Amino acid sequence: MYDILIIGAGICGTFIARDLSRYELKVALLDREDDIACGATMANSAIVHSGHDPEPGTLKARFNLEGSRMYEEICRQLGTVFRRCGAFVASASDEEDAVLDQLFARAQKRAIPSRILSRSEALQDEPHLADGVRRVLDLPTTAIITPWEIAIALAEEAVLNQTELLLSHTVTAIQKEQNGFLVTAQTGDGRQRMLRSRFVVDAAGVYADRIYAMAASDVPFAITPKRGEYYVIDREEHPLVSRVIYPVPSAKGKGVLAVPTIHGNLLIGPSSDPIEDKEDVGTTPWGLDYVQQQISKTVRDIPFHKVIRSFAGLRPSGSTHDFIVEEARDVPGLFLAAAIESPGLTAAPAISHYITEELIGSRIDLRPKKEYTKRQPPTPFHQLSPAQKNEWIRKNPVYGHMVCRCEHITEGEILEAIHRPVGARTIKGVKKRCRPGMGRCQGGFCEPLVAEILCRETDVTMEELFYMQDNVQKDIPGERRDNR
Amino acid sequence: MKKRDLVIIGGGSAGMAAAIAARKKGIQDILILERGSETGGILLQCIHNGFGLHTFGEELSGPSYAERFSDQIRDLGIEVETDALVLHMDSERKIIYTSPRSGFVTLDARCVVLAMGCRERPRGAIGIPGTRPAGIWTAGAAQRYVNLDGFLPGRRVFILGSGDIGLIMARRMTLEGAQVLGVAELMPYSNGLSRNLKQCLEDFHIPLYLSHTVTDIRGHHRVSSITISEVDDNRRPIAGTEKAFDVDTLLLSVGLLPENTLSEEAGIELHPRTRGPVVDQFLQTTVPGVFACGNVLHVHDLVDFVTAEGYMAGESAAHYLTAGLPQRASVPVTAGEGLSYVLPQRIHPDALPDTLTLSCRVLAPQRNVLLAVEKDGKLIKSVRRPVMLPAEMEKITLKKTEIEGVRESLRLRILPQSVCASPDTAK
Repeated sequence: MYDILIIGAGICGTFIARDLSRYELKVALLDREDDIACGATMANSAIVHSGHDPEPGTLKARFNLEGSRMYEEICRQLGTVFRRCGAFVASASDEEDAVLDQLFARAQKRAIPSRILSRSEALQDEPHLADGVRRVLDLPTTAIITPWEIAIALAEEAVLNQTELLLSHTVTAIQKEQNGFLVTAQTGDGRQRMLRSRFVVDAAGVYADRIYAMAASDVPFAITPKRGEYYVIDREEHPLVSRVIYPVPSAKGKGVLAVPTIHGNLLIGPSSDPIEDKEDVGTTPWGLDYVQQQISKTVRDIPFHKVIRSFAGLRPSGSTHDFIVEEARDVPGLFLAAAIESPGLTAAPAISHYITEELIGSRIDLRPKKEYTKRQPPTPFHQLSPAQKNEWIRKNPVYGHMVCRCEHITEGEILEAIHRPVGARTIKGVKKRCRPGMGRCQGGFCEPLVAEILCRETDVTMEELFYMQDNVQKDIPGERRDNR
Repeated sequence: MKKRDLVIIGGGSAGMAAAIAARKKGIQDILILERGSETGGILLQCIHNGFGLHTFGEELSGPSYAERFSDQIRDLGIEVETDALVLHMDSERKIIYTSPRSGFVTLDARCVVLAMGCRERPRGAIGIPGTRPAGIWTAGAAQRYVNLDGFLPGRRVFILGSGDIGLIMARRMTLEGAQVLGVAELMPYSNGLSRNLKQCLEDFHIPLYLSHTVTDIRGHHRVSSITISEVDDNRRPIAGTEKAFDVDTLLLSVGLLPENTLSEEAGIELHPRTRGPVVDQFLQTTVPGVFACGNVLHVHDLVDFVTAEGYMAGESAAHYLTAGLPQRASVPVTAGEGLSYVLPQRIHPDALPDTLTLSCRVLAPQRNVLLAVEKDGKLIKSVRRPVMLPAEMEKITLKKTEIEGVRESLRLRILPQSVCASPDTAK
């Protein structure tokens, strides 16, 4: 019997798990995927928004503002990257100028550092603003992060403090019992597991409504996946933009942005298409065309010939047009972190704090653990001086073996990513944790090396690693291969 | 800081040939930096035959071809550091590399030969729509899995792009027991050598869909299906022409890109078409003392030509180190009508060799044409070509006497055969 079972190991679920792990509670964090952060947390704009945008009186406004003030300290504690790069909101018409003024007034009211700059002032900092840009709202507190890095770090810290991590667990039923819930989950190897928990947290992203429906006869909200497509542009010696460039927001949302990433790439997107299929993370020609066409309104000279990747993410957009963060009205003991679309990443720490301290805290006695283990960040090998690097390599030659030639990732860093708590078990898992394959060759050279290391270190076969069991004929007639 | 006379970046076919040639010209202090665990480069995974017809007059497998050079490297006592990745090079030829044996090393090279080869264009660079499951590989990555790791990465396979590696992998996967359902090619003609089309597709009854591209990929963890569509003259998919294939694997053979990150860091001028360094007749780049050869310079179809280019770069490097070479090549060599590029891009008119060989590629297939050379705007030579294909590199050799006195430019172009203005000098 768990005290709390959290469904969904995205940014909300991992924040909640980590925050709960400070207390004397038996907590499990469950996800249907085989790693942390496989949904919207993996595919978003990676921005800590300052909080200038959401409508007054909404949960979005409240948690965005609170969350944006929490991140820097959280990242410092977790040892994850955080860079306050700032942002411009760029207006290009009379109507947009009017909205810009409203946003400025809103930002001022919320005590968010901000000012309006003329075109010529703005061009001094961002020379690639499009010709049509007339004025900008400068938001210097806007920051960029690596969302999945934070989610993984949070999961690590939660696991270090006795949270149970149940990956490859798909919830199939939830039954209300006398003093809690009986949750049925199907595991990756086809087994059924029955999990009992006093409380359940629904942080299941685009599936939050389905999870709710398992526990209640009536679901007062619906989650529509909103697909956002992005381009990733190769690192360049002189980045095109140094801060986030937003267009003036419209009814459709924040619009198509240009975002510098922590690792020096440029992210362009997202589109915003409501779709029905909760699984469809496919990119589309029209979605990507829309991105190209929209970004030209705010930024010029984007080197689309240097695109190294495009991707799509599904934002869980709620029918109530606001976050749903509450104890379910007709299902006591079920806590909701639902419809966490933009600015959900920014809001996540504040949502977690609210759910943990106020909602759960009002139902259960939160006794802090006597001993709490902090996460040790991975070796910052990249940041070492040449002399220090040599010292490392002498002690451990795997740090001299470059596996990823685009991003300069060593075997030592990959081994660390595998053997840490909540270590990588998949090619994508390694990529998320230390970046081999994120560069311009997209894994063409390093993937076989990473696969070899994973097979050796985690005792899996290449077939397992590449999901060849699922829908691939297992054996070739008359042939037996040794794939190790 | 350690000083070296000649550092060769890359120990594949180009780099090994350069090292051998330089040693034979008397250069003693040579270091090859190879990122793999042995020399040979991509040849090591090319276990099919067909290598060496020009160089050795026999058909060798890739590893056998490489071995002949690796043996020479060893016999000549040329120093090779393996598992060594060059991280940075600047315009003063300062090189930073790392290896498990030496750690982080900074070197001062008097002369450098770039021989880093090329990489394959990934899916992201061509923007195929759809999801991002496992089971999508470049043909070269799949080749490595099959030939070096003994792992057959798919059972039902479709291939996008009819480049040579794609064609060779169609045959290879078939021989290993996989079913290859087809090859789609965006262009109305194949991008592979004719012999590969015959030996790798036709002989195995694998259909080739010309003027088609992949327009969707489905699958959550692993590819479950792909869709191809016919494309119009502007290479845009035509609605209503979709064909779906249930496959677990999509291989991509959609182009090779010379690996010039280091060259860019060193401030070397790159050519927009070849995407390799701009070089003179000595294969010297725009940074003095830095030479380039093989696929880092321009993508080749035959390793024999890579070897020849490597020899030339090695000899030039030796000249540079012993006697010096002229700087600032002044006469441009340009690609005219019908050609995508010509190499070298510049020549020194005062230091012409006895013969000058120019390499070029056509933009589109041509039949019964003349490959013509203009010197300062005047036609000086043309050779008849019954067929010219983008997939097949063309060469034309000029005698010193033919180009002596050139001032403004040399220009190569394609002419219809009827416009034969000078005596035909077809080889």
